[in-house]
Amino acid sequence: MTLIALLPIVLIGLIVIVALWLVGVYNGLIRLRNQLENAWAQIDVQLKRRYDLIPNLVETVKGYAKHESGTFERVTQARNMAMSAKTVGDRAEAENVLTGALKSLFAVAEAYPDLKANQNFLRLQEELTSTENKIAFSRQFYNDTVMTFNTRIEVFPVNLVAGMFNFLRREFFEVKGEEQRQAPQVKF
Amino acid sequence: MWEQIRANRRRAVALITLMGAVLLVIGYTAGELFAHGNGVLGLGLALVIFFVQLGVYYGAAETMLLQGANFVELKREDSPRLFNIVEEMKLASGLEFTPRIYLIDDPAPNAFAMGRKPDDCVVAVTTGLVHRLNRDELEGVIAHEMAHLKNHDVQFMTLAAVMLGSIVILAEIVQRVLWLGGGRRRDRSESRGSGGGQAQLIILAVGLIFLILGPLMAQILYFACSRKREFLADACGAQFTRYPEGLASALEKISAASATTSFASKATAPLFIVNPLYAGGGEPSSVFSSHPSTAERIRILRGMAGSSLTDYETAYHKAAQDTLFSRETLKTSQRGTIRAPSDEGPIETRQDIRAPLYRTRGYLKVKCDCGMEISVPEGYEGDEITCIRCGSVLLLPAASKTHAAAPAPTAAGLPPVIPSLAPPLQYRRAGSGWESFRCSCGRTIQLSPSFAASHIHCDDCGRNIEITS
Repeated sequence: MTLIALLPIVLIGLIVIVALWLVGVYNGLIRLRNQLENAWAQIDVQLKRRYDLIPNLVETVKGYAKHESGTFERVTQARNMAMSAKTVGDRAEAENVLTGALKSLFAVAEAYPDLKANQNFLRLQEELTSTENKIAFSRQFYNDTVMTFNTRIEVFPVNLVAGMFNFLRREFFEVKGEEQRQAPQVKF
Repeated sequence: MWEQIRANRRRAVALITLMGAVLLVIGYTAGELFAHGNGVLGLGLALVIFFVQLGVYYGAAETMLLQGANFVELKREDSPRLFNIVEEMKLASGLEFTPRIYLIDDPAPNAFAMGRKPDDCVVAVTTGLVHRLNRDELEGVIAHEMAHLKNHDVQFMTLAAVMLGSIVILAEIVQRVLWLGGGRRRDRSESRGSGGGQAQLIILAVGLIFLILGPLMAQILYFACSRKREFLADACGAQFTRYPEGLASALEKISAASATTSFASKATAPLFIVNPLYAGGGEPSSVFSSHPSTAERIRILRGMAGSSLTDYETAYHKAAQDTLFSRETLKTSQRGTIRAPSDEGPIETRQDIRAPLYRTRGYLKVKCDCGMEISVPEGYEGDEITCIRCGSVLLLPAASKTHAAAPAPTAAGLPPVIPSLAPPLQYRRAGSGWESFRCSCGRTIQLSPSFAASHIHCDDCGRNIEITS
């Protein structure tokens, strides 16, 4: 076979390889993006769980510590603000405030030994601590996935494909100057 | 993060391919030697052995692991803290489904993970582990097990084990035939042409070397794999928790324990977090050890400057003068800071964590109005019982006659370990009033006069029981 006759075969081969690569990259990006959405949804689930647990907690503590109305107000207000936050950044800020309010609520509860022995209170405390941890971990996973995703759509040659199909950079779920773990710790 | 797992998978695939090649070479040689020069027949035999073994392992893995173990599947109310830890780690690791939790009654602290399908995984812990470790340490151990699940280590090690098993079996067969019949040379070498003779001889020689050294090589490869995967799981676990000291101090506590895990065997040992056959995982380090030395693992974890895979790699390199991760994996490694420790102590006392195990031992539970839950012990003959807190007398639901349900004859004559898959028990009703009988797991089951169905399901072990009259 002469070289010229070989050329169309080589060309077709090249096109096929490039097409396959394109498909592979695109699918990978789709998978990553879905992972990202899923990770965000997980955070959402945990945050909602926290919102649901808080009224119960406030009621339980109120039953024993009737005069600490200031703390209860703070917690309820913080919760409402967090539930109504719109952007990722706002939400993160509001969540931080809520965590602080909860910390002070648990600090208040320390002074009431009857409350600390209440089974309901202990159960709620464990659930809230765990929910805080879950928020932290799902946030951690979300941020890790965001980093992987952002890196992937920005390196060459993948960024060409990303640009073609409109894969956009994502924002991290972070608050400036926060500690790594914010679970309200109560010592007995 | 899933990208990283995929990347190290390339190495894993390469190793499996290597073992597979060894298997096929031995098969071919065997065929050449004994099947009148039909190497292909030998190949076929090798493949048959492989797939049969695969089927056996795949079908029996769970049963094998739990054989002889007294275990119960944990429900959330049994230990909400442990449940929460597993859920937290599931989120941190990005696993799609939360694994079920098995609690094993064993004083030796140990844990393992298993899962054939992604939506049906199990993380098992012993009672000895749960009451010894604090929250951070338990988190570290669970994270390590989740890492095994995320890296598909169970499937990988099963495949490697099957490879190894096939190679060993095939080599045994060849040895036997050699011993009995002697290698018969091919009679058709003349008809194959003149130049082929010498090349065939060389191939045969190479094949023989594989035959003799193959099983040894495969074993060394298998155990090297096992050790590397343990390090990998340590690294990923530290990254999930962002707190390597948790796992490090857990390993330290485990190695200080002086008991061996009772139900483990040589075949199932690689799946545990520390070698269960040696107390505290203190096995001598050799080419044939399934786990790296616990001391080395602790040293590496404590030498980490951060919590990312790169930090682990650095610490690993310092301790072992070797590389662990492929360059591909490290490229996508995240920066990882170490978080502050939590100061929660052990999450359950020894009594509390053993309580779920008693569920399956036939304690009839009666609730008194004062809030007390009374466990009626096995063999209690009366119709009433007195509450020890408030003194009120409670009626027991006609549990005076406790018959045992007769088990239908099992197929293999061996007691099946997983009750929900076992053939159903049969119970014949003695009358039409209240009746109670014992399931094979020990739980007392009550039947009311109005019970009319033909089957009942044991709440504790999941066994099906046929009711006949």
